Amino acid sequence: MRIKADTDVCVGSGQCVLTEPAVFDQGDDGIVLLLTDHPDGDAAKRARDAVNLCPSQALSIVED
Amino acid sequence: MRTVTETVSTGVAADAAKLAGRTRIAEKPGGDAEDVFPGLRSCPFATPAQYAPMRDKPITKVPLSVNDQEVWWVSRHEDARAVLNDRRFSSDRRKENFPLFNDDADTRERFRKQKPSMIGLDGAEHATARRAVVGEFTVRRMAALRPRIQEIVDEFIDRMLASDQPVDLVQALSLPVPSLVICEMLGAPYEDHEYFQKRSSRLISRTTSPEERADAFDELRGYMDKLITIKESNPGDDLFSRQIARQREEGEIDHESLVSMGFLLLLAGHETTANMISLGTVGFLHNPAQLAAIKADPSKTPLAVEEMLRYFTIVELVTSRVATEDVEIGGVTIKADDGVVVSGLSANWDPAVFAEPDELDVERGARHHIAFGYGPHQCLGQNLARLELEIVFNTLFRRIPELRLAVPVDDIAFKSDANIYGVYELPVTW
Repeated sequence: MRIKADTDVCVGSGQCVLTEPAVFDQGDDGIVLLLTDHPDGDAAKRARDAVNLCPSQALSIVED
Repeated sequence: MRTVTETVSTGVAADAAKLAGRTRIAEKPGGDAEDVFPGLRSCPFATPAQYAPMRDKPITKVPLSVNDQEVWWVSRHEDARAVLNDRRFSSDRRKENFPLFNDDADTRERFRKQKPSMIGLDGAEHATARRAVVGEFTVRRMAALRPRIQEIVDEFIDRMLASDQPVDLVQALSLPVPSLVICEMLGAPYEDHEYFQKRSSRLISRTTSPEERADAFDELRGYMDKLITIKESNPGDDLFSRQIARQREEGEIDHESLVSMGFLLLLAGHETTANMISLGTVGFLHNPAQLAAIKADPSKTPLAVEEMLRYFTIVELVTSRVATEDVEIGGVTIKADDGVVVSGLSANWDPAVFAEPDELDVERGARHHIAFGYGPHQCLGQNLARLELEIVFNTLFRRIPELRLAVPVDDIAFKSDANIYGVYELPVTW
């Protein structure tokens, strides 16, 4: 799986960072930064949770 | 330190006036009126009885009890998320049919006239306003505040421990912690906290008279106006000073927008967290097994905080919208210009998403509640609130493990009359 982040849609709520800080971070402007776009194992599972929790649906999953 | 209130004309008599409309569970205010929307909570451990049957029906129009406006009542979790993340619904409080929870023409007019803060903006305008400040609230910035918040919490608990018992937790801990934290973030003198706490309580109470509400609005706005003016000529290391510096760099200072932002942040920054501290404490003390779980393992507290947020959903109604075009939600067509009320409380007790929602279960893992809203307007300060709540609960129950209510839970004065649910007083002892 691959994670995509739409930085135009992101509202900087930080839900993704709380859910999986190994995959998601925020810049100083609050907007999402992907630390990796190919998480695996538990990180992949939590990244899926983050996709569901994102309030602006800025995150999406592309299945490889 | 010279406070801003010294330079703002204050009404001492008004300050002394007690808040009207305190209600107790025993009186069950409006508790029998089952068709009233929004419902009045007769106790903090249940939602109004009329909510559950509404979730079983398609989205329906109901008259708002405060002003008879016909609004769409959205109460299923799925529908609530759909509305709140659909850009065809506007947050613009100046629009004619935007649902407001008072029928108070003066205050409505005041909200219409002020330059809207981000909460009342849509689309690109909203994104610009939010992006100007969201960097102040990142998870990392909040984590950096942890030591200072811990110090503040410890200091107020020291004072509690040195006081005669019982202690009113609201005044001793719940209000001062978030007040001091938001004052330090914004660069407002903490000495002014009583001034703005009293006015914000009046503004959000459903029972405040229109005159009092209008005065509270004007005085709070006047306060922020003065504070921003001070920061413009005398900057410090705080959020407003950084906003002003940034705006200066980009061209000119938008004073009115900063006043509106300050109004929003000050109000949102202390009332909400304060009420969650009090209610969460009641929730833990009323459910000893849940309290035992976090006492045994404080690393469980962050998820317990999520459950408390879900269970009490203190800001039930800020998530109102008005449709800008016809929109189909859950098989129902909401017409352009119709008002919509999303009940976060009802959505967070939707059994389709949260099994046995009336059970307070700190291990539920309830991260997908909408207590902070959903969509582009989701609470800006949510990670500050989470951090404050986690530190308060862990510290309070570690340092005062014998903490207990000093009155039966039925005698606690809950804010069933306010637009932010909470507790007026919480006598505790140990």
